[in-house]
Amino acid sequence: MKKAIDSIMPSSSAGMSRIDGRLKVTGAAKYSAEYTPAGLTYGVLVGSTITKGSITSIDTKAAGQAPGVLAVITHLNAPKVPGDQPEGGKPVPPKGAFKVFYDDKIYYNGQPIALVIADTFERALFGASLVKAQYHTDKHITNLPDNRSNGFPPRGEGTYKRGTEDAWKAAPFKVEQEYIVPTVTHNPMELHAIIANWDADNKLSVWDKTQGVKGTQEDLAHLFKLPVENVQVHSQFVGGAFGSALRTWPHEVAAIIGAKVVKKPVKLVLSRADMFTSVGYRPFTWQKIAIGATADGKLTGITHEAAGQTSSYENFTEGPTGVSQNLYACPNVNTKYHLVALDIATPTWMRGPGEATGSFALESALDELSYSLKLDPVELRLRNYAEKDPESGKPFSSKFLNEAYQLGADHIGWSERKQEPASVKKDGWLVGYGMAGGMFGAYRSGATIRAKMNTDGSLLLQSAVSDIGPGTGTAMVLIASEQMGIPAEKIRFEMGDSSLPNAPTQGGSATTASVGSAVYQACADLKEKFQKLIGNGGTDKPDYAKVLKEHNLPSLEVVTETGGGNGMEKYAMNSWSVHFVKVLVNPATGVVKIDKVACVADSGHIISPKTARSQVVGGAIGGIGMALMEESIIDHRYGRYINNNFADYHVPVNADIPQIDALFVNKPDPIINPMGAKGMAEIALIGMAAAVANAVYNASGKRVRDLPITPDKVMA
Amino acid sequence: MKQFQYVRPATQQGVLDVINKPGTKIIAGGTNLVDLMKRGVTAPDKLVDINQLPLKTIAATKTGLHIGALALNSVVSENAVVADKHPLLAMALKAGASPQLRNMATVGGNMMQRTRCGYFYDVTMPCNKRAPGTGCGAIEGINRMHAIFGASPQCIAVHPSDMCVALAALDATVIVAGKKGERRLPFTEFHRLPGDHPELDNHLAKDELITGVEIPDNNFAKNSYYLKIRDRQSYAFALVSVAAALDIENGTIKDARLAMGGVAHKPWRLFDAEKSLIGKKATEENFEHAAQLAMRGAKGYGNNSFKLKLAPATIAEALKHAAGLV
Repeated sequence: MKKAIDSIMPSSSAGMSRIDGRLKVTGAAKYSAEYTPAGLTYGVLVGSTITKGSITSIDTKAAGQAPGVLAVITHLNAPKVPGDQPEGGKPVPPKGAFKVFYDDKIYYNGQPIALVIADTFERALFGASLVKAQYHTDKHITNLPDNRSNGFPPRGEGTYKRGTEDAWKAAPFKVEQEYIVPTVTHNPMELHAIIANWDADNKLSVWDKTQGVKGTQEDLAHLFKLPVENVQVHSQFVGGAFGSALRTWPHEVAAIIGAKVVKKPVKLVLSRADMFTSVGYRPFTWQKIAIGATADGKLTGITHEAAGQTSSYENFTEGPTGVSQNLYACPNVNTKYHLVALDIATPTWMRGPGEATGSFALESALDELSYSLKLDPVELRLRNYAEKDPESGKPFSSKFLNEAYQLGADHIGWSERKQEPASVKKDGWLVGYGMAGGMFGAYRSGATIRAKMNTDGSLLLQSAVSDIGPGTGTAMVLIASEQMGIPAEKIRFEMGDSSLPNAPTQGGSATTASVGSAVYQACADLKEKFQKLIGNGGTDKPDYAKVLKEHNLPSLEVVTETGGGNGMEKYAMNSWSVHFVKVLVNPATGVVKIDKVACVADSGHIISPKTARSQVVGGAIGGIGMALMEESIIDHRYGRYINNNFADYHVPVNADIPQIDALFVNKPDPIINPMGAKGMAEIALIGMAAAVANAVYNASGKRVRDLPITPDKVMA
Repeated sequence: MKQFQYVRPATQQGVLDVINKPGTKIIAGGTNLVDLMKRGVTAPDKLVDINQLPLKTIAATKTGLHIGALALNSVVSENAVVADKHPLLAMALKAGASPQLRNMATVGGNMMQRTRCGYFYDVTMPCNKRAPGTGCGAIEGINRMHAIFGASPQCIAVHPSDMCVALAALDATVIVAGKKGERRLPFTEFHRLPGDHPELDNHLAKDELITGVEIPDNNFAKNSYYLKIRDRQSYAFALVSVAAALDIENGTIKDARLAMGGVAHKPWRLFDAEKSLIGKKATEENFEHAAQLAMRGAKGYGNNSFKLKLAPATIAEALKHAAGLV
């Protein structure tokens, strides 16, 4: 079996290394906060210390007189942001993105109430400590479980029903349980940062951490009422984001306002504590799942309820119940999703948004069902395998999840698993196995690539796309290398700048499918242009340099725009994953150690094996963090986070992570795009938390339904 | 961060001459102090750097091992004599912080580190330790990490050190220099309980400087274990930790030392449990009995009540490891 796996799984050394790897590990890669435009100044935000109410007075005198301080900006003196103002006499809607320094209202603890700008960072920080506000305080609520009854359905996404409602109740075997996914904060290693500069009264440049330079460009043009081309957004390298840089946040607007006031470039880097309140998070979500099944393990009904938190000023919705609608062939499914508005900042998409939360509940509940049925959890899933999309009835563009189950089971040694919980002990530790799967829509959107072949045989590709870490540039170079028949070293991929051709924001696991399709097509167009030069009889992949020289051309260039594809009309398109985990649980202390992990992705053709492997490993680690330790804790009496630092908010360290094996089915999807590649980022995490929880149960007999699975919950 | 003066006296006497002034703080590794300054928890006017003082030596004395106050945590943890004679200390040091921090942190600084209570760190929250009279945020708040022994209505913070738990177990002595000369005090009496003055972590006077610690020779090297239970496998403070040291002869315990971390405002010695083990066989049953004795007077505050169960389990586990039963 080992040999068969090796033939499918690229080992860690196979494939091309990340094209910018050397730049990153040597520090040569420049991130947004590392630029030093002439006259650079430094901004530090002051956050509110109450959770709800209004500012009655704010004393900025001492800060303004502190050494080196150039400006102290508050709602009282901030220049108006044109896009935040009422239009044509219409009042500003009460709901919408938070407007920084707009008025005296406080919506969440830590909300920016002032920006202090100074000639050095240290002086700005000291100045910020001198700003003192007085407040009128209103009663706040930040606790979802106590306020779930105030939930309301988000517009258009509240309920879903297929077949009979609550059909699970009539089943001979059933499970009904509640699950909690706490607030989890993205916490990429790179802090969010922006350097903003007004090049002229109506020209703005920013170096900004963003997952989409074009999206940021449009947002800023709208907010400051500028022609889009007058806003330049540079974001060449991004040190992780996981969704936190998908939208434009108040600190970005604050820095731009600040630059307008001091007429100099302003750098604003969030503190780690700010990262908990300023750039979104995975929302605390309560869920209840009920599943019914026949004695032979056929699902008869799933009922899935979820209530997720949002802010008081904006509705953030994701799809935690979607996974129950689509993952298994079940005739009767009804779901309900509510939002609960709390006095906290707005959440945002975080890796596997919705599905990561929903799959924890669904895949835990399915595991619970497998024990009442005394049926192997993999077998239970195979008995309810969806051969076509259960919701629409459309065929799948491709689905090899059954092969993924087999690969993962073989790799982890699933046959060693005992169905009886807490029945295996080795060296004083309980041993258990768990598995869980996930899915995520395989999306593709339009993108444009400029491809230019030079007389030295080098190819330049340009796209505005960001690379937040997956190795986008590497995958694009590999696609072009294969299409053009030239070595990767001859290809340069320029990205992360709004002056480059259009690309979607990097999110939803859609970059390779979207931008990759444009690269693929641009290469085809460029080759065609060469064919026209050569005339009949030329080869598909000629010596491009020679052709250019023969025709006395300095270069040959195409700009190719591709669309979103039209596969969605006829097909249901998804990526699938399954995670297998072996854990050790200490029966005395409740400590959980991850012993072995095998993650299998059914995400179409693997373009860049090495970076794909890294992406799966990273997703698995994120999932282990979610399972075992990540939780942003609010003291609800104050509405403030109590663990907003890296000593107290735990993400996995090396000691927590064993060897993680990434396996790929690696069969191309014939529909979604010419490369046959589907998304990978989300599915690498989705399902992982349930796989760990299920393994902990198998090892210890302890079912933990509220994440994270810390020792106190396992030993209790 | 407030602007401050920075001085670096050439001699120990030079240090002693300036540290008594209000607003003055000693800095060695700075791994905790600088964080506290950044968060505004402390805002000294003057920092007195002592890294130049000759207090780094680790040397055997007639009766034990002397470790200078400025010896780095990483150096002590890797020292051959420490590994040979006091492996418990090496294990505890390696269970603390990260290699990067241990490369900066000193023995004296480790003893002087402040609690990691979240209410202590957030200057907008009540905290009697940071701002006496403002109340304790943790007692009725998020107190999962907090004390189950020796707390007061004023403060339920814990001392975060691992090293200190081992030194308390090993009956170390703290050597302190002051204007009047040298003073020696038992390690177990260096830190204090919060009582009505949680702002005070220990009994070091304002005009004193820790110069070193001394560990007496013992017969525990063969049967020592430091077990730290935490939310992740490295770089996390203890939920509960136990330093266990046994002197076993022919299966009978001749002497025992036990101390716990993560449960009190100071390293928590388990004298009754130690006594109960002397003369007994090194068995699981005896260890569990000792663990139960150790829990007398323990009190949970809600989030941390799990420690009432985790602590005895950890004591018994640590003893089993020390005795080689695991």
